[in-house]
Amino acid sequence: MNHAYEISHLLAGVMLVTSFALLYQQRVAAVLNTFAAQSIALALAVAWAAWSQGRPDLFITALIALTLKGIVIPVALHRTVARLGIHREVEKVVGVGVALMVGLALTGLAQALLFKVTHGTASHAREELALALAIILLGFLMMIVRRNAVTQIVGFMSMENGLILAATGARGMPLVVEVSVAFSVLIALFVFAVFVFRIRERFDTIDIEALDRMRGDRR
Amino acid sequence: MTGDLLVQFLAQGAQMFMVLLIAPLAVGVVRRVKARLMRRQGAPLLQGYRDLAKLLRKESVIAENASWLFRSAPSLIFALTWVAAALVPSFASGLMFNWAADVVALVALLGAARALLALAGMDVGTSFGGIGSSREMMIATLAEPAMMLIVLTLAIAAGTTRLAGVADFFIAEPLAVRVSLGLSLVALIIVALAENARIPVDNPVTHLELTMVHEAMILEYSGRHLALIEAASYLKLVLYLSLLICLFAPFGMAPANAGVGGWAIGLLAWSAKLLAGAALLGVWEVSIAKMRVFRLPDFVGIAFVFGFLAILLAFLSRGAFE
Repeated sequence: MNHAYEISHLLAGVMLVTSFALLYQQRVAAVLNTFAAQSIALALAVAWAAWSQGRPDLFITALIALTLKGIVIPVALHRTVARLGIHREVEKVVGVGVALMVGLALTGLAQALLFKVTHGTASHAREELALALAIILLGFLMMIVRRNAVTQIVGFMSMENGLILAATGARGMPLVVEVSVAFSVLIALFVFAVFVFRIRERFDTIDIEALDRMRGDRR
Repeated sequence: MTGDLLVQFLAQGAQMFMVLLIAPLAVGVVRRVKARLMRRQGAPLLQGYRDLAKLLRKESVIAENASWLFRSAPSLIFALTWVAAALVPSFASGLMFNWAADVVALVALLGAARALLALAGMDVGTSFGGIGSSREMMIATLAEPAMMLIVLTLAIAAGTTRLAGVADFFIAEPLAVRVSLGLSLVALIIVALAENARIPVDNPVTHLELTMVHEAMILEYSGRHLALIEAASYLKLVLYLSLLICLFAPFGMAPANAGVGGWAIGLLAWSAKLLAGAALLGVWEVSIAKMRVFRLPDFVGIAFVFGFLAILLAFLSRGAFE
């Protein structure tokens, strides 16, 4: 019982650490690999929850996370990056140090917030939920501080990882919802990819700052 | 009772001289492992002792404009580091002065030694010394808060900042997977690499390179002064290895009331773990490249982030924020 809780806590902690690693990484390839690692950690966490709580439907969630987000999406993004031939360094809005500090503040905020809101529920669920919220907020942060379109996709996907973790920590979401979320994320990936190609075609870069010029925001 | 006291006293003294004796060997192991992995023959394991003996015999050349600080700093640095290294529990947790082995005191001793070294580096007024001192301080401003966060995480888990108390707690505690401890282990390793001027932060084998940190500060030293500073840096390596062993792998350490037999087992376990740690450091140094100086704040900043996360998670699992 206690062990089950410790291991799920550990896996959620690993996911949080990979979220910070996503903020830290400078190169597109490294970002994609870190994202794959986070998704694999998510698959393990969900599988562990399925096994320890005796909820076999969660195994399907784990399988979806592993194949789709652990393998298919990173490989697809790697190919996209290779085909676009973009340079490997990622443009950022703020420095790594600032991003990490803001990330820490967000993690603290997530915990303080959840502990205020969820009074009186079981403590493991609250901790899992706090970690999941932190991962979601870090995904947001990543979309804000990175100007590269590919890393913004990764930030979005990492937010979705946090959502799935939250869903397993709570009573769990119905399988239908789960499957449809997984596929809508996949479709989102295609949409993103098409957009990235279009942006690239039009502006010769995937630095989204170029879009500001398009809109007429002079700076 | 008096006999008992004497034995206790001798045991503490033995620990004090043991760290000093094993320190050059540990450095020798690191260098040897690195050399063998690079398919070089490498210096013999005892080279550290020979280096120190050679330096002690040689004349110490001092710049004309050096002040008293420059001459007295090596002895003070050596003394502070030795005291700190002797305080970390190595083979037994119940030694005579274990009440003094407080982690906060340890950080303070090392901080004092570092401040002296940085001042001595600037004393003669060469540009290399100034660069080294300023970089050392830049790394220290990031590494020290991280160190304090790690210390506090462990203190929250064990309920004490005394190293012997923490070690006793982790020996008694059944093996548990805890995220906060894993994070603080990674953070402590990063801090140890930064503090010991090991490879991703600083290259310990270069003598004339624009990116050097530790070596730049001690460039003006020679003879017995250099011997003392080198010995202090060896001791610091042993200190951090001992600290990692004591906090994260204390098994085998003799408990508070163990007799001489328990001490012997503890001694064997500690030396084996120390040398294994040194060998691992060698493997690590070969497999990674040195970082640019301007990337260092990011790298050492990871230690700070991990320390902060660890303490946050430790609070979380204790049900704080209620």
